[in-house]
Amino acid sequence: MATEENKNAAAGSGTATGTQPVPYEGFVYLPLIAGWLVPGAGHFVLGKWGRGALLAASVLGMFATGLAMHGEIGSEVHNILDILGLAGGLGSGLLYMVARAAGWGAAQAQVTTADWGTRFIWVAGLLNVIAAVDAHNLRTGRKS
Amino acid sequence: MTYFPAVLLFALFASTVFGITQRETPMRMFRYGLYCFSLFVGSAIVLSWLMWLIAR
Repeated sequence: MATEENKNAAAGSGTATGTQPVPYEGFVYLPLIAGWLVPGAGHFVLGKWGRGALLAASVLGMFATGLAMHGEIGSEVHNILDILGLAGGLGSGLLYMVARAAGWGAAQAQVTTADWGTRFIWVAGLLNVIAAVDAHNLRTGRKS
Repeated sequence: MTYFPAVLLFALFASTVFGITQRETPMRMFRYGLYCFSLFVGSAIVLSWLMWLIAR
């Protein structure tokens, strides 16, 4: 038994738990980076199509709802909260960068729901970071 | 969009991600997602009534 575990540990290139072989190969941070850049892509890389699709739909839906509510895509940073918002927004990866480059979202919150829309955009980024870390955990064998 | 549909959408998206990322089997993911969704919506309703009572 112990010999078998040692064999598995030695054979796996990225064993996180020591005894469980990791079924994935290639660059260990690929799911993390792909998942950050494109929502759901980290799970797609690992062949987790269903989970990836649901995560992508959730992050994209949250982001799109934020835009529909005239949320701001942080263009100017004035204080610590703006910096945190920018960090949250950047969690959406390419989605945020494209939205910013294309000038989507409101320049300033002018309707009551726009504040909510801005938070939706921030939270979409934070959820995407959680999803990307989950893909990394799947890749390293920390989660199945 | 009014506030309540926004709350429902927020709860739906956030609890989907929480369910998938915090549990391992599909059934446990679904149950945890449902739990998070009910907590999000339930707390929003309770806090709204509290604010209404305070504002009176």
